[in-house]
Amino acid sequence: MANSINTSGTDTYVGTAHSRVDGPAKVTGQAKYAGEFSAPDLAHGYVVSSAIARGRITALDTAAAEAVPGVLKVLTHENRPRTAWLDYNYQDQVAPPGSPFRALYDDKVHYSGQPVALVVAEDFDTARHAASLVKVAYEAETPNTDLAALQDQAYVPPKKRSGIKPPPEPWGDAVGAYEAAPIKLDGRYHMAVEHHNPMEPHASTVVWEGDGKITVYDKIQGVSNSLGYIIGVFGMKKDDVHVMSPYLGGGFGSGLRPQYQLFLAVMAARDLERSVRVTLTRDQMFSFGYRPDVRQTVSLGAGEDGALQSIRHEAISGTSNFEDYQEVVVNWSGVLYDCPNVALDYRLAKIDTYTPSDMRAPGAVTGVFALEVAMDELAHATGQDPIALRLRNYAEKDRTQDKPFSSKSLRAAYEQGAERFGWAGRDPEPRSMRDGRELVGWGMATGIWESMMQQSSAQATLTADGKLVIGNQTSDIGTGTYTILTQIAADALGLRIEDVTTKLGDSKLADAPIAGGSWTAASSGTAVMKACREIAAQVFTLARRLDDSPLANVDFERVVFKDGHISVAGDPSRSIAIAEVLKAGGMDKIEATGSAGPDSNHSQSFAGYTHSAVFVEVKVDEDLGVVRVTRVVSAIAAGKILNTKTARSQILGGVVMGIGSALEEESMLDHTLGRFMNHNLGEYHVPVHADIHDIDVIFVDEEDKANPMGVKGLGEIGIVGTAAAVANAVFHATGKRIRELPITIDKILA
Amino acid sequence: MNRFDYVRPETVADAVKAMAGGDARFIAGGTNLVDLMKYNVERPGRLVDITRLPLNTIEARDGGLSIGALVTNSTVAYDDTVKARYPLLASAILAGASGQLRNAATTGGNLNQRTRCYYFYDEATPCNKRQPGSGCPAIGGVNRIHAIFGTSPNCIATHPSDMCVGLAALDATVRVAGPEGERTIPFGDYHRLPGDNPERDNTLKPGEIVLSVDLPDEDFGPHHTYLKLRDRLSYAFALVSVAAVMKLDGDTIQAARFALGGVAHKPWRDHEAEAFLIGKPANQETFTAAANIVVAAAQPQSENAFKVELTRRALMRGLSQAAAGTPQSQSDKRIA
Repeated sequence: MANSINTSGTDTYVGTAHSRVDGPAKVTGQAKYAGEFSAPDLAHGYVVSSAIARGRITALDTAAAEAVPGVLKVLTHENRPRTAWLDYNYQDQVAPPGSPFRALYDDKVHYSGQPVALVVAEDFDTARHAASLVKVAYEAETPNTDLAALQDQAYVPPKKRSGIKPPPEPWGDAVGAYEAAPIKLDGRYHMAVEHHNPMEPHASTVVWEGDGKITVYDKIQGVSNSLGYIIGVFGMKKDDVHVMSPYLGGGFGSGLRPQYQLFLAVMAARDLERSVRVTLTRDQMFSFGYRPDVRQTVSLGAGEDGALQSIRHEAISGTSNFEDYQEVVVNWSGVLYDCPNVALDYRLAKIDTYTPSDMRAPGAVTGVFALEVAMDELAHATGQDPIALRLRNYAEKDRTQDKPFSSKSLRAAYEQGAERFGWAGRDPEPRSMRDGRELVGWGMATGIWESMMQQSSAQATLTADGKLVIGNQTSDIGTGTYTILTQIAADALGLRIEDVTTKLGDSKLADAPIAGGSWTAASSGTAVMKACREIAAQVFTLARRLDDSPLANVDFERVVFKDGHISVAGDPSRSIAIAEVLKAGGMDKIEATGSAGPDSNHSQSFAGYTHSAVFVEVKVDEDLGVVRVTRVVSAIAAGKILNTKTARSQILGGVVMGIGSALEEESMLDHTLGRFMNHNLGEYHVPVHADIHDIDVIFVDEEDKANPMGVKGLGEIGIVGTAAAVANAVFHATGKRIRELPITIDKILA
Repeated sequence: MNRFDYVRPETVADAVKAMAGGDARFIAGGTNLVDLMKYNVERPGRLVDITRLPLNTIEARDGGLSIGALVTNSTVAYDDTVKARYPLLASAILAGASGQLRNAATTGGNLNQRTRCYYFYDEATPCNKRQPGSGCPAIGGVNRIHAIFGTSPNCIATHPSDMCVGLAALDATVRVAGPEGERTIPFGDYHRLPGDNPERDNTLKPGEIVLSVDLPDEDFGPHHTYLKLRDRLSYAFALVSVAAVMKLDGDTIQAARFALGGVAHKPWRDHEAEAFLIGKPANQETFTAAANIVVAAAQPQSENAFKVELTRRALMRGLSQAAAGTPQSQSDKRIA
């Protein structure tokens, strides 16, 4: 690989399938999660949730709960301590424009499941029991939660959400070109609302340290976000708040924003001046962010040969009544294909739920599903192979930003994915392939996600025993961040990986952004590499100054850090152990920080994306409507792969989640009650083992120069396009075009 | 979860006595009751732990088989005699829940599990089954999983069991004991339709306890099946399931019984359709006609009309599988 971390040009750990460094801690229960930390005086909070979706609380009777032995306090809007006044103070790093939800703020109910009281007791069971005794009377209003009925109220968000690109200005004449096109396709697409449902429910343990100081263990994808939120909302000093989040049991975006259990736990701890933990129930995991309801229309105009002449992609997304949540849904249709006439539109409509939130590849999962099913329809309408159609319309530059791609190996992904899948053996005719009673379908789709980098820093400390400790504030949300950062550090300094320890998720560590957007490998990885290279420079300087230094009169460019030694390149006899350098130099330790951010010159000139080609085989029992996904090949173009094992895991997880989107996941709203009804894992279906068969992951070679390591990020690309590939395979199997997810039995039978 | 008393009697008589007072509940595996207590759906004042009662054996009885109320679902499913003589029952059990749950759940508990209606489980919503007279928001609400047969204006919930669907097709009987002594209830009379009292799932009288489920002396050989259709390929409740047994003389149906799961407040039998099958050739035409008789009685809700057609097709397939002697595998998810 061109971008090696080690100055020798070859890496020992980076690029290998190194197992997770935190694996033993996780499988032996040593890894502690937010709701597992404790304190000698720990009290337990249990949330009472609103039964109505809209209206106001007219009476709260907490007497029976307070009378239960062991109950310390019942916090409500009537007796809560004061908190900040301005919306600004509640706005976290990824908050959309609007007024963030404030728990126990006043008597207004904004959504069903809203916290209306917190019962704090000596133990969890007492708190839960007492919570069941809190009586809340409401004056209910009719909620509006049916987006389909509110589409005429859709509006262009007046204030853009930071970091979210609005649709580009249209180019060409999409309407005119559509009307003139010999092939016209116009479809409405919809995927169900989804909840993230990480295995670990949200929890915050707030340890009261005395003197107004707190240590907070929070389920959050970035401690800096919780820290800033606590400081803003409670007016606390930065030095009085220490936030840690060493491990997450899955986030998928649900842990990007500080959630109400953090607010409630901090409020209760400060009020009672003792440690408090608040853990949400699985049902309460359906009482905040979710992947929004988005109604989409895609209209494609093309020549008989399939050359695109017009793309129109319109989306109306639900948001809450208090914030304008935005994500990038339609822009992908201007990026993925080369088309002279494009018009993209994205609007919002307000419904009485909590604000939607980023969920794995937010917007792309939704928008690319619609586009890639539409492209399959175009392939069928023009009698072309779906890959040939995509190659005919292959984009060589990003028209939405008017920039060339920093790298784009999608062509190779199509080729290698198709070959591995055996795509050449596909009979293009729907309903043409069978395996016994089942119809067989082969479908494919393209995936895309933006490759991003954020300003990040990292610290590194090398001690005289030859051990290195690195770290920053970012979280490993299960993606393998601990492992890749350890690999990078070990290779940068030529240390054994066992001699490197990585610390993450601690607000006392070097500044780093929240873990999201697939930017962590590029951002924190580069910062770690730079911190370690700074250590290397210092060690070298120290080594050269030693008496009888084997590196005397050698420039830095000529030395190699390998096997715990600094050596002169090509002359292994001139070598000294790194630990020996510190000892001989009289140093206990050497410390350095590194910082990294997007290269603005590069990003002004190039657009960066990861791509994928997803191939799916389904077998469908048409009489009974049962769909089985029997085979998936996902070919990924995502720059340099730091760890082939954790990278593959990310793609496998994305594909499984994509199969869930395609066939199973659906949060069902009762529009009369304004309430999600299947709020548990028995009735909200995610794939189980029986649903998952062979998944084959290919990483195609791709060199990228947006950052020094050539890394693009992998957390999200695996899910994008997967649902479309499943839907396209179902069409190929059955001849039924289903534009609405999930594809459950009833839709096959319809 | 409410506070409760706890007793652990050693005899059936003591267990029945311990139920006096009204708000007591038997507990064995606890796989459903404990959940319901956490959701505040059940708030028993006393739990009567029956796990020490001598009801934990499978034994021969009257040429058939008697399965004690405390025998776990796993033990029944993997019992050699059950597998040999009542493979439908083993198959139905293995179609449900997970290995862990089946290891804990008991035969009696399976009979008495409560519906999985979303509204029943959600204390924040009205529900006539949970709180009589409060209303049924499932009617006109989120109801794609709800009943299409035997509903009432008060309740459209389904019984969630797989095992019970198998037992209904096998014409099992339930032996119970209570303050007035022992009695035997034909399986079809054990569960009830919601009518005006959806809070009552079954016909047990106050204080009665299930002693055993008894299977008649019958042998259908390979002519049986349990076919379950659901929203994912494992670990989901049935949208529609079919349990069927058949006896053939050549191609002619000598005897046939079937029950449907996921479609009613109880395992759904249709005696008219079963009678129609007798003496007919075992072919698609016959099965289609029988299935049409069954679904003629269907009354779907706002979101579950698909269940009518799914029931029809599932029944046709299930009867075909039973007739062909190719019962549905519960491990290979490809439908035979």
